[in-house]
Order: sequence, then C-alpha cells, then structure tokens
Amino acid sequence: MLYFSKLRITLISLVTFFFIYIALSNLQDPANSFISKRINLGLDLQGGSYLLLEIDNDPVEIQKLQNTTTVIRNFLKDKKINFSDLRIQNKSIKFNIPKNDTDLVEAYFLDKGNEINPYYNQYKSHQFDIIIKDSEFILSLSKYGLIEIKTSSQDQALEIVRRRVDEVGTNEPNIIKRGNNRILVELPGLDDPMRIKSLLGKTANLTFRFVTQNNNDTFGAEILQFEDNENEALVSKRIILNGENLLDAQPQMNNQTNETVVSFTLDRVGAKRFGKATSTGVGKQLAIVLDGKIVSAPTIQSVIASGNGQISGNFTFQSATDLALLLRSGALPAPLNIIEERTVGPDLGQDSINNGIIALMIGFLLVIIFMFFKYKIFGLIANITLLVNLFFLVGILTLFGATLTLPGIAGIILTVGMAVDANVLIFERIKEECKKEKNNIIAFDTGYVKSKTAIIDANITTLIAAIILFLMGSGPVKGFSVTLAVGIFTTLFTVYFIARMLTSLYVVKNKEKDKLI
Amino acid sequence: MINFNKFYKLFNLISLSLVIVSILLLFFKGLNFGVDFKGGTLIELRANDKDINVTSLRQSFSKMNLGDFNVKKFGNENDFLIKIEKKDTSANAIEIVKKELTSSIGGSFNFRRVENVGPKVSAELLKSGVIAIVLSLAAMLFYIWIRFEWQFSLGAILALFHDVIITLGFFSLFYLEINLSIVAAVLTIVGYSMNDTVVIFDRVRENLIKFSDIKIFELTNISINETLSRTIITSVTTLLALVSIYLFGGEILKGFSLAMIMGVVFGTYSSIYIANPILVKLRVSQKTILKEDTD
Repeated sequence: MLYFSKLRITLISLVTFFFIYIALSNLQDPANSFISKRINLGLDLQGGSYLLLEIDNDPVEIQKLQNTTTVIRNFLKDKKINFSDLRIQNKSIKFNIPKNDTDLVEAYFLDKGNEINPYYNQYKSHQFDIIIKDSEFILSLSKYGLIEIKTSSQDQALEIVRRRVDEVGTNEPNIIKRGNNRILVELPGLDDPMRIKSLLGKTANLTFRFVTQNNNDTFGAEILQFEDNENEALVSKRIILNGENLLDAQPQMNNQTNETVVSFTLDRVGAKRFGKATSTGVGKQLAIVLDGKIVSAPTIQSVIASGNGQISGNFTFQSATDLALLLRSGALPAPLNIIEERTVGPDLGQDSINNGIIALMIGFLLVIIFMFFKYKIFGLIANITLLVNLFFLVGILTLFGATLTLPGIAGIILTVGMAVDANVLIFERIKEECKKEKNNIIAFDTGYVKSKTAIIDANITTLIAAIILFLMGSGPVKGFSVTLAVGIFTTLFTVYFIARMLTSLYVVKNKEKDKLI
Repeated sequence: MINFNKFYKLFNLISLSLVIVSILLLFFKGLNFGVDFKGGTLIELRANDKDINVTSLRQSFSKMNLGDFNVKKFGNENDFLIKIEKKDTSANAIEIVKKELTSSIGGSFNFRRVENVGPKVSAELLKSGVIAIVLSLAAMLFYIWIRFEWQFSLGAILALFHDVIITLGFFSLFYLEINLSIVAAVLTIVGYSMNDTVVIFDRVRENLIKFSDIKIFELTNISINETLSRTIITSVTTLLALVSIYLFGGEILKGFSLAMIMGVVFGTYSSIYIANPILVKLRVSQKTILKEDTD
C-alpha cells in the first residue's frame, strides 16, 4: 500500500493542481480565465425570488367537455340518430339513445380512428371512458385524457409565463415544469416580485363583445361587471374578436383626451372581422372584456377598417404598460395560482455568504489546530489533505456548475469536520499495529488495509443519507445533499491518494525511527 | 480499558426513559412546525429606525387583520421575524403588510426575506420530509443487514431511532422551529450516527472472528475501547465544525446546527450504549458471523 511510483506521484500532483486551479478560478472574472464555469449561487445567497405556480385545470376540463358536447350533438344529428337529454353533469357528458342504436354509437366511440374520442397510441387508451347504462351514455375524461389536457395546458402556460417574464426583462430567469400541473419560476436578483406576481396572476383572456339591451340574443348574454366593481352591463356571448387576433399592443398617450390608453394592431383576420362588426354596429356599445370584467365599453362612432384601435379605461401609465404586455404575450390557457413564494433580499444573501465563509474559516482552523496537536506530523498531513479536499470539493462543484446554497455551505463545513474521520481511523489503526509490529512499513501497510472496510462502510451510510435527501429534498436543502455527497468522494480520494502518498514519503524516509506516530 | 459494559443497564434505562419522555412530548406538546410544513407567511424585516421594537411591530400587525401572528427578534438588534398563520394564503398578505407597515409606523424597512407557503405545498413538504426520514432508516437497516447480520442491523436501527426521537423530543421540549433544514439535519444525523455505529460493529466482527473464547459482553467492550480514541476525535472535529456553524453561520443555520450537535452527541452515545448492548442481548457469537460465510 505504501509504494508510490514517480509516475503516480506526478499524476496525483497534476490532478491536485488542476482542481486547485479550477477552485480558485471562481475568484477570477470569467472573461479572462481559462475555464468559464463558475459555482452558481442559489437564490438564498444571491437574493431573488422563487415562485411555484399551480395551473387550475378545472376551466380547461370544462371547456373540453363543452367542445366535445357540441361535436357529439353535430355528429348524432349528422348520423340521424335520435338522442335526448345531452348534458354535462359531474364532469361527465351524458345523453340518451334509443336502445337499438347503442351498439352502433358505442362502436363508433371505441373506434381507434374516430375524431370525437381520440385514441392515444402511446397510452393505449381513449380520451374518454365510456359507461353505458341501459340507454344512457356517460362519457368522462379517462386518466390519460386528463394527463393529455394537463400536459398540453402546462406546455402552453410555460410558454406564456416565459414570454411575460422575458418582457419584464429580469436577469436570467429559470422557468421549468414541475409535475404535470406546476411551473417553477426562479428570478435571481429580483427582491420585489410584486409586479411579476400580478402579471402571472392574470389569465389575460381578452374578448370584444357587443353590449345588448335584451336577453333575446341568439348566442345568449350575460351580465358582467366593470373593473370598478360598481357598474355592470348585459353583454352578448358572441365573441367578435379575441386576444389571439392581436399582433401588437402598446401603451400610449391619447393627445386629445390626455389619457393613457393601450393601442393595438390586429392581424388580417381580426381586422376584417373588426371592420365588419364596426360597420354593422355603428352606435352600438362594444364591450372590451378582460378576464370576465369589462375594461371599457365605448360606443362605435364609425367603421374601423384599418385594424388599429385603442382601449381606454382609467389607466395609469404603469397599468397600461402591464395590460399591453399581457396582451402581447397572449392569454394563459388556465388560471395560475401562486402556491409557494420565497424571496430573499440581496443584503441578506450577502450576509449569509459572509457568515458562511467566516464559519467555514473558523471551523477549518479549529479542526486543523486540533488535528495538529493530536497527531503532530501526521496531523499536518491530515490538514494538508483537508485543504486539498476543500479545493477538490469546490473544484468539482465548479465543473458541474452546481448551485451553492446556504445549507450547501453548511454541508462543506460539516465535510471539513467529518473528512478527517477517515485519516483518524487509519492513524488509530496504525497506532495499534505499531504496538505489535516493529517494522514501521509493515505496520503502516497493515493499518491502511485493516481500516479500509470500516471507512468504506462509514462513508456509504452517509452517502445513502445524502442521496435520499437529494431525491426527496427541495431547493436549498438539495444543495446541502450535493455538497455532502461530493464531499464523501473527494474525502475518499484525497485520503487514499494524497494523504497516503504523503504518509508513505514520510514513513519510507523515517522507517528506522521509533514511535513514528 | 474503560468498562463500558458495567453501565449497560443504567444507560439503557436512561435512554428508555428519554425516548418515552420524547414520545410523550411529541404526542402531547407536539412540534413547532414552521411555514414550510404548516403553511403561512414568514417575513424577516430589518428596521432602519432604532425606535422600532417588537411591541410597536406587534401593535401595527394586530391592526392588519391577518389572523394569528408572531413577532420576535431575529439575531441582530434591528432584525425581526414575523410569522403569519394565514389559512387561506391568497398571496396578498405580503402586499398588505408592506403597505400597512409604511403607513402605520412610517420608518423605513428592509424586507430581507419573505416566504409564503400554501397549505397544499406545506402538506406535500411535510409528507416528503417524513418519507425521506423513514426511507433513510429503511435504507440503513437494509445496508447493515447486507454488510453484517440482522442482529447488527437491528442494533443499529434502534440506535438511530433513539437519536432521531430524542432530537425531535428536544425540539418539542424547547418548542424550536421545525423547517426544511431540520429535516436535512435529521437525515445527516442518521448518516453520522450510522457511521459511528458501523465503525464499532466492524471491530466487533473482526474480534468475533479473532477470539472464539471471549463472550460478546466482553467483546463489545474490547471493541468499543479499541475504537474509542477514533470515536472521540471524530466527534470532536465534527462538533468543532458544527459549533462554528452555530456561532458564526448566521441565524438561518442556528436550528440546523443545533439539531446536528444534538445528533452527534446522541449518535456517539447510542453507538456505545444502544447498538452494542443489543448485540449482547441478541447473543451474537462467532457462529452468527461464520454462518454468513457458509451461506
């Protein structure tokens, strides 16, 4: 165990210097350094906001059921099948069919090529589960139908959230999916997420609809409130235009009224529809409805064929800017709820870094003083190993571009305390062997061999704890498990290569000495 | 040589009573769950005005109608920690607080940290925390079973159980907050305590093979003594690191390092006074080990 060839010594030294260089490169400006990778600071250290959003898929499911109901109605009419009582109840579509037609309809719904109830090859399942009771059909979304809806609304929501966050222009946001109905938004450096939260809290579903006077509108009508929550108006359910027809939206000062407005530009289809609606509706009120509330309901003065228009409605410049932003980025498929929020101000982050570094230095100092007094020359070897271990740990975290959190720093300090354990185990074993064996080299050799199983078992148990913590933990705690786990590997490497090499060089030179350790 | 085995009975009794007291505390007093596990809002404030104190903050918060809340100093003279137990976390609490505080006290504030956890998320975090701890215990049980024998595995797991329960009992007794980092600490304790036990067990196994004529009662004592200096040195260095985190690592890491310090002390103790007596009780002998080789 004690023999090290020149080649091995050179290799170990090279690896050591490599990691020391990488670890130290964190202090350099990435632009002038050989390696551009750096340890990332977690939100708890650099300050920033963490938002976990949950998509409320209920409206999407209901929309899906409503659309399917319409398709079924048209299909049954088309096929001249008598049906009755087509309705949505308890998140299922129900309808009745004469007894002798049930087989025909069932066969259609279960056909793999049909359009109403699509078949997903990858899941081996239809979108809807069908139950037939006597002559009543009950269609409810299957497990995979629900997953399909959730993943598609998550994909859409992710895109819209990204656009909105990008529009605000924060520093390198991190936006990722969590599960199948959540989105995680990390905003480094942002210490007041209020604006982003209010932007993400709005669905931004924009529609242009006529205000009607009576309930006899062919498409139905509903009473909607204005944004001030005081006035209300009866608005037709017929949608003339919606947000999808918008090409651009910008806040603007209206020079005539001295009011802040949002001006918009429509796409070709939108402009055509808008022109047609305004030409037939001169004198009528056109309600601009955002998320179920009327922003304003101007009276149409003349035909607007250019596809340009303005929305007015008691805006401040900020609220007009936000509305324009929302309209540009598009509507969310479903409402989002913020279910978890963590924000750390930049000064607390800096304090945490300072405290962490002070604790690390003091902890390190205490440990090396203790080790030196306990083992003298071998304590020095253990201390050099510990220092190199720290460089390895920081170096590996750098190479992985790992994220360092405050608990992560605690993990590094803890590694300092626990890393000497392997050397202690070896040194204590060697002491025991020295009592029985006069030959120093044999005693050291045996000490290394016999302590091996204890060291490996002891480290694997800590590694198991770290892995479970990594799998189950979230956010900053994950950072702790990473440093703990990497610390175990660097400890084993430094103890078995660097400490052993230094020990062997010393022992071989002083093999005749009594009471070496 | 220290006769650890002379005190097996005494310390077993002490451990048993500590565990029972801890379990009673956990049942009747319960744990002080932080916002991570109970949901609600946490705000860390730094006041730039010297006149602001806990009383004045409490007064202004009671006017906000936010439900149950708790104001306390947090480390520094001008730092405060406010916890609001709002059941329907409509994410607006923070905005209300920001607005109301400036209008009622007027002094300039610095919001150093804001955490808002909804009831759904806190329930999930609690669940995954419990699963993580149970899973780690199970994994250790399994690992020791593979590496040693089931008697060793049982001894180790009871020692772990002992450490975790007493640490949680301590947190319950002083009503210290349980948050995500405490779960991390508990898991690390599991790893550390195991680490300590394994080193002694490893020696017990070695000695079992070496000496067929020494009874396990003596043998555990010999093994504990042989590994004692290592046990002490490693505990000391680990404690040095942890005390350094506790004293200098800032307020946020205080609970974490305290739990770890407890865990290291009890982990070291339990390796000697829980794990080893169990080997004695289960009458582990050379046969137990050699059976492994014939399998």
